[in-house]
Amino acid sequence: MNSQSLALSVREQSLRMVHRARASHIGSALSIADILAVLYARVLRFDPAQPAAPDRDRFVLSKGHACVALYAALAEIGCFPVKELDEYGQDFSRLMNHVSHHVPGVEFSTGSLGHGLPFAAGKALAGKIAKQPWQVFVLLSDGEMDEGSNWEALMFAAHHGLDNLTAIIDYNKLQSLDTVDNTLGLEPLREKLAAFNWSVVEADGHDHDALESAIGSGSPGLPLVVIAHTVKGKGVSFMENEVLWHYRNPDDGLLDRALKDIAGSQRDA
Amino acid sequence: MRDAFLNELLALAEVQPNVVLVVGDLGFGVVEPFADRFPERFFNAGVAEQNMMSLCAGLASEGCHVFAYSIANFPTFRCAEQIRNDVDYHNLPVTIVSVGGGVAYGNLGYSHHALQDYALMRVLPNMLIAAPGDPWETRACLRYLIDNPGPSYLRLGKSGEASVHSHVPEVSPGQWLKVQGQPESTSAIVTTGATLAIAQAWLARGEYPEHNLYSLPLWGMRQKQYQAAQVEQFQRVVTAEDHIADAGFGSWFREALHDGRSSCEVSSRALSAEVFGKVGAQSTLNALGGL
Repeated sequence: MNSQSLALSVREQSLRMVHRARASHIGSALSIADILAVLYARVLRFDPAQPAAPDRDRFVLSKGHACVALYAALAEIGCFPVKELDEYGQDFSRLMNHVSHHVPGVEFSTGSLGHGLPFAAGKALAGKIAKQPWQVFVLLSDGEMDEGSNWEALMFAAHHGLDNLTAIIDYNKLQSLDTVDNTLGLEPLREKLAAFNWSVVEADGHDHDALESAIGSGSPGLPLVVIAHTVKGKGVSFMENEVLWHYRNPDDGLLDRALKDIAGSQRDA
Repeated sequence: MRDAFLNELLALAEVQPNVVLVVGDLGFGVVEPFADRFPERFFNAGVAEQNMMSLCAGLASEGCHVFAYSIANFPTFRCAEQIRNDVDYHNLPVTIVSVGGGVAYGNLGYSHHALQDYALMRVLPNMLIAAPGDPWETRACLRYLIDNPGPSYLRLGKSGEASVHSHVPEVSPGQWLKVQGQPESTSAIVTTGATLAIAQAWLARGEYPEHNLYSLPLWGMRQKQYQAAQVEQFQRVVTAEDHIADAGFGSWFREALHDGRSSCEVSSRALSAEVFGKVGAQSTLNALGGL
């Protein structure tokens, strides 16, 4: 499956899952659909038939609330049956509403923010100790950068030259109640990350070629961070840049409208 | 106890290539031999315990058995959520090494007193608390933890703890280790951690006539099930710990017998609230707190 098709499927499945489960965080999931699609369709050395293969690249979703997008991506590429997505959010389902390591292909459970990057740094350090060629990727939210643990990990990874670690920040500029700027402003983000001795690159987080290029732009001896400029709720006209869709789920009518929007935006792409 | 830990860890690391030591910018005069011998497996994470603990989980997820070393509250309360979510929930082989249990760092003040750490650790389902009573139990606990990797909390005295045993004893989770007494006795003191030597002194002074003395160095939520059988032969049990009475070892012990079928009378010796915020030598604060 190419990355565009995968992104479309991730968006459709995410909307259906959130609708069915009456769950939250659809805006956050739509925000990262393209990033996940590029990772799984173009970047990661990852065999869905062997999701725990020792030589796989490791991917950690630190913004665990956006898990429907990851579940959808993993199901669509063949880690588990797509039909199982129907069980999302149901009693005793392994597809719980924050990302779960009980799901094939998921490396690490998150939900509380600020854990993914330190954990990924530990994995990258282990890879260095064992002189392994695999890479570690971690996807963070922008609001998550409020957490001090991330800045501790940024220092650690740079200090130890973890150039097998790539962090991607989903910079959609919205947190759960307001904009990032009005909550705890991150700017100048690029300069801050560069001052922490990371290699920093910015990209349009919905442009697959730009994302692939940015993710592949690492430098020897430096961990890489990609600031991916995204739109929360991307692809659904009435969800884009609306804080409301951090928590709200679409009713039947809005789901139909959203799916039509997604299909339309895909045709226009 | 601290030196016994490091010497044993060095010996184990020689034959276990996955042993990694991470320190939170602490361990002066203790950890250097490990850093010198295994520089590729020693990391100072700096004064950043939240990152340190998740980092250790990441290392452990790739096959390392990680020892995260710091003092008292820093690798515990400071990063409680990292321990809960990253280490315990994922059932990863990270041993949190907390040096200076109880009021071992008496003069350094409340920030360095480990008075509530058992309370925090014993509510984590996979966590095995390892609280050795002397340097020999420290070696025994460490060997057990290495052979049975999983989330664990190794609580050590600071230094200079007296040897109660004369050799490395056999230890097993939830199992009382007999230190002294007679087979026919119907009373027992069960201690955990460095309180063992204090309890031994109680016996020497005749405070608990007819009591056997046991140490319980390995315990936690999953070891409650083993207590009822061991308490059966006793009419009286006194638990002893250098931790605040609330939610500590004694509380755990009584909960383990909560079904009420046991006729054993259980009482506890632990530090009282008198020690909160007080500064003094370890022996002074232990005495103030009732040990």
